[in-house]
Amino acid sequence: MHTGAEAPTDPMIPRLFAVRARRDETEDTFTFDLEPRDLGPRDLELLGGARSMAFAPGQFNMLYLFGLGEVPISISGDPAEAGRLVHTVRSVGSVTRGFSGLQPGQTVGVRGPFGTAWPTREAEGRDILILAGGLGLAPLRPAILRILAERRRYRRVYLFYGTRNPQMLLFRDDLERWRNTPDLAFEITVDHADITWHGRVGVITKLIAAADFDPDRSTAFLCGPEIMMHFSAEALKARGMHGADIHVSLERNMKCAIGHCGHCQLGPAFVCRDGPVFPHDRVAGLLAVPGL
Amino acid sequence: MRTLESVMIEHRFFHGLEDELTRAIAGCGKQVRFETGQYLYRQGDPADTFYIIRRGSVGLEMRGPQGNMMFNTEHPGGVLNAAWIVPPYRCSTDARALETTVAVALNGKCLRDKCEADHHLGYELMKRFVPVLVDRLTHARFQTLDVYGAGMA
Ligand SMILES: Cc1cc2nc3c(=O)[nH]c(=O)nc-3n(C[C@H](O)[C@H](O)[C@H](O)COP(=O)(O)OP(=O)(O)OC[C@H]3O[C@@H](n4cnc5c(N)ncnc54)[C@H](O)[C@@H]3O)c2cc1C
Ligand code: FES
Repeated sequence: MHTGAEAPTDPMIPRLFAVRARRDETEDTFTFDLEPRDLGPRDLELLGGARSMAFAPGQFNMLYLFGLGEVPISISGDPAEAGRLVHTVRSVGSVTRGFSGLQPGQTVGVRGPFGTAWPTREAEGRDILILAGGLGLAPLRPAILRILAERRRYRRVYLFYGTRNPQMLLFRDDLERWRNTPDLAFEITVDHADITWHGRVGVITKLIAAADFDPDRSTAFLCGPEIMMHFSAEALKARGMHGADIHVSLERNMKCAIGHCGHCQLGPAFVCRDGPVFPHDRVAGLLAVPGL
Repeated sequence: MRTLESVMIEHRFFHGLEDELTRAIAGCGKQVRFETGQYLYRQGDPADTFYIIRRGSVGLEMRGPQGNMMFNTEHPGGVLNAAWIVPPYRCSTDARALETTVAVALNGKCLRDKCEADHHLGYELMKRFVPVLVDRLTHARFQTLDVYGAGMA
């Protein structure tokens, strides 16, 4: 058995976590909470409890389902909440389909956290625009929770969430809370809906055109399909924002997650080490190259 | 009571328009109000009016195999029913108030006649309508891509 001091520190060796709870978000997407299996309460105390699971908003873990494989998954939990790791997964292929069957008590290997963070600290004192597309809300959720917890440090805060239809909305409790949060301009828009939907229908870029922000004192966080981030970044630039103030989170195939194997290469950058969060002006040219 | 002109100049659609032209357009307009659920127009109706929303929101719907689907909503600042400038002047969608909605309604036939008589007015109006139509087209293409479909972030 490991003691706290012996807990694995080699970034290639997964730590064992147990699924504590799981919640279905939509038909194919679910969220689960993990707690360490390799540390007892005494070990956690020695390590400073939850500090051993500390992460920065925007970072990801490599989650290993034994016998199936390992996939990069962003952390979707609250960075201020001690003692558990939260991830939200959409079932798209062999490994993530395996994750969809996870039940409380089962074991998952975790390496991480890895990668760069949303620059929430650097953005203090500025207008904030957060644009989430589809599952892109999951990697943004920790940043949203931090910004709302420290709301006074920011000027105007806009949160725009676009998804395919009302059935695909994630984190419904959060959405309800955010709808009623003063000092947060929160809008959801879907691509299409039946007539029972009372919200907005249309593309997310339409919301940018109507927002009132100071382009020279704004920071934007974008996460979603690349094409959605591209159109959104262009719409923000059309409003006068600079590429350096627009941050995007990218996804590429990953194996090692520590900058060794090259699987996640995007031109001169490694998404696992230099990203996943990049200033848009650093990657805009690379994203425009077909197939890169 | 405020005049229609004073209401119109606040609207971004009319920004920068000369006073005389605003007056000419206002001569074809009136203020209207729709309650939740009320239709502003239905697919196939004569497109004799276009609307500029001041308050509220309107859902644009089309009849599909599974009933009506909403593919766009318009909000304050939005413009509805561009079919007034395109023969045969028929509404191509249903438009339903999603909440109490206040709008400026402009008579299409009246405006078409004024634009024929004064091409400067016509050009100023087209300069405002064409970007709305191009945006709609771009947005419709974007929606066709179904970017949030399964397998993508
Ligand atoms: C930094 C980072 C953070 C991520 N965060 C999350 C997250 O929070 N939640 C989540 O569900 N997923 C996230 N992903 C994506 C996730 O890693 C992939 O969906 C997963 O690796 C797919 O593995 P699989 O074996 O299930 O599918 P595979 O069998 O490998 O692929 C199945 C299908 O999914 C497609 N696919 C595979 N990987 C991706 C990808 N990265 N993006 C889009 N399509 C893909 C393939 O083209 C294929 O069509 C993240 C990826 C990265 C790089
Ligand atoms: S995943 Fe190996 S270098 Fe990035």
